[in-house]
Amino acid sequence: MSAVFPNGGAVLNDLGLILPEIILLIGGLFIFCLDVASDPKAQGKRTGASYMALSILFIAAALLASMLQLKVTEPQVAYGMMTIDGFAMFIKVTILTGMLLVAIAGGGYMNKRTENRSEFWTFFIMVSLAMCVAASANNLVLIYIAIEFLSITSYMLAGFLRADRRSNEAGLKYFLYGSVASAVMLYGISLLYGATGSLYLSDIATFFAAAMEGHESIQGIAFAAIPATVLTLAGLGFKASLAPFYQWAPDTYDGSPTPVATYLSTASKTAAFAVIVRVFVVGLAPFQVNWVPILAGLSIITMTMGNLAALRQTNVKRMLAYSSVAQAGYILMGLVAVTTFSTSGMDGLNGVLLYLFAYLFTNVGAFLVIMAVEETTGSTELSAFHGLIHRAPGLAVMFVIFLLSLTGIPLTGGFLGKFYVFGAAIQHQYFWLAAAGLVNAGIAAFYYLNVVRTMFFTDDKGTVLNAPMGIQISLVICTVATLWMGVYPATVIEWVNTASAQILAVAQ
Amino acid sequence: MVPLTGYLLVGAFLFSAGLYGALARKNAIAVLMSIELMLNAANINLVAFWRYGDTPADLTGQVFAVLIIALAAAEAAVGLALIISVYRERKTVDLDELDLLAG
Repeated sequence: MSAVFPNGGAVLNDLGLILPEIILLIGGLFIFCLDVASDPKAQGKRTGASYMALSILFIAAALLASMLQLKVTEPQVAYGMMTIDGFAMFIKVTILTGMLLVAIAGGGYMNKRTENRSEFWTFFIMVSLAMCVAASANNLVLIYIAIEFLSITSYMLAGFLRADRRSNEAGLKYFLYGSVASAVMLYGISLLYGATGSLYLSDIATFFAAAMEGHESIQGIAFAAIPATVLTLAGLGFKASLAPFYQWAPDTYDGSPTPVATYLSTASKTAAFAVIVRVFVVGLAPFQVNWVPILAGLSIITMTMGNLAALRQTNVKRMLAYSSVAQAGYILMGLVAVTTFSTSGMDGLNGVLLYLFAYLFTNVGAFLVIMAVEETTGSTELSAFHGLIHRAPGLAVMFVIFLLSLTGIPLTGGFLGKFYVFGAAIQHQYFWLAAAGLVNAGIAAFYYLNVVRTMFFTDDKGTVLNAPMGIQISLVICTVATLWMGVYPATVIEWVNTASAQILAVAQ
Repeated sequence: MVPLTGYLLVGAFLFSAGLYGALARKNAIAVLMSIELMLNAANINLVAFWRYGDTPADLTGQVFAVLIIALAAAEAAVGLALIISVYRERKTVDLDELDLLAG
C-alpha cells in the first residue's frame, strides 16, 4: 500500500477515527491558552486544582472515545499513516487508563511543587497524545515523530522541578541518553528507507517478502537490513528500557517527580512496546528468523541485569525502577515467541498485551504507595516503610498485593501476564528462555518480599500516615483491577485475543 | 556525478564522529553538538537515498529530512534549557560531576 491520501469527504470521515487524539490535542491547547489568558494575580491554589480537574476530564473523554472503538472488527487506516485496529485501541485504552490514574493521584503532588501553574498539565496531556499517536502509527516518519514528541515532553516533565537538584539531573541524563538513542534509531530508519525505498511498514514487509521469494541478492538486502534493524531497535529499546540501554531508567525514575516516574515506567513503556510490536511483527516479519535470536538475548540480559541491580537497592523507588527494567525483559519474551499459528491460544502477542495491562495497574499502584509514603515522611528509603502495617494498614495491604503481582503469584494480574508469556515461550520450545525467566522470577521474589518483611516485621518508627484522597481513589482502582485480572480474567483475555489476532492477520 | 556511495560514506563518517563524541565527551554542550552531527548524518542518508532512488517523484526522503531539521531544533531548545537549569544549581555542566543519582 503506498501513500493514499483521502479526498475531501474522507478527511471528515477519518477525523472520527482519531477522535481520542483530537480530544487530547484540544485539551492540551485549551489549558495552555487558559493559563496565558488568566489574570496573573489570580494564580493560586484554586487554579492548580481546576487545571487538574480539566485535564482529568479531557483524558477521561479520550479514554471513552478509544473504548468505543475497542471492538473494531476491521482494521482501518486514517490519513494513510495511522492504523486504527483492535491492537492500537487496546494500547490506547491501557495508556490512557494509566495517565488517568496518575493524574488523579499525582495532581496534588505536582500542584504543590509547581505553584499551581498550568505547564505541567499541558505537557501531561500532550505526552498522552504522543503515546496515542505512537500506538497507531504505521509509517516510520510518524513513528519517529511520535517517539520524539513523547521523548521531548518527557524530558521536560522529568526535569520539571527546576529548583530540585535531583529532578534537574534526572531530566538532563534522560535527555542525553534519549537523544543519542533516537539519533541512532533515525540512522537505522534512514538505512531501512535506502534498502526498501519506502517508509510504510506494510511496503517494507512486502519488499522484503518479495526479495526473499525471488532469491534476488538476499545477501545484499540482509547486509543493509540487519544493521538497520539493530539500530532501530536501539532507539525503541531505549524507550522500553531494554538492555543495554536501560542505564537512564533508575536515575531518571529516582530523580524525577514521582507522578512522572509512574507514567514513565508504565504508560511510556507500553507505548514503546506497541511500536516495537508493530515494527517487528508487521514491518520486519519476513526477517523473523534474524531478529528472534537478538530479542531473545536482549530479553535474558534485560531481566538478569535489572533483577541483580534491584537486589542491592536500599531505596524503594530505585528498587522499583530496576524492577521495571526486569519486567521489560519478561514482556519481551512474549515477542520472541510470537507466531501466526497457535494451538493453545498463546500466540505470544496476547501475552505481551496481557502483561502490559496487568503491569500497568500493578506498577502504578506500587508507585502510588511510594508517593503516599513520600508525602508524609519525605523519604523513599526502605527505612520509611518500617512498620507500615501499624501506621497505615490499608496502604500496606495494597502494597503487598502489588508486590505479589509483580512477583507473579497466582490470583493476581501479574501471574496471568507471566503465565501467558512463559506459556508462549515453552510452547515454542524456547525452554532455555523460559528457564532463565523462572530463575529471574525467583531472584525477584527476594527483593519484593524483603519490602513486605520490612513493612510487617519491623518496629514501627514514625507517625500515622494519611494518604491524600486522590491517591486513595487511584489505589483502590489499581487494587481492584489487579485482583480482578487474577480472579476473573475472561473478559480481558477476550480483548487481547481480538487485538493480537488483528495484528497477526496483517503479518501473515 | 558523485556516486551514492560517496554520500553514504560522508553520512557514515558523520554518524561515527557524532556517536564517538556523544560517548566520549564529558561536557553536556559538546554531547549536544555530537547529537546534532548524528541527526545530520541521517539527513544526508535520507536525501541521498531519495535522489538516487527509483521514484524521485515521491518526496518522502526530502520531507522527512525537513521534518528532522525542525525536530532537531526543538530537541536542542529543550536540551539547552535543561543544561541551563542544571548549571544554575551546580555551576557546572561536566557530566562526571552529576552524581547525585547513582547506585
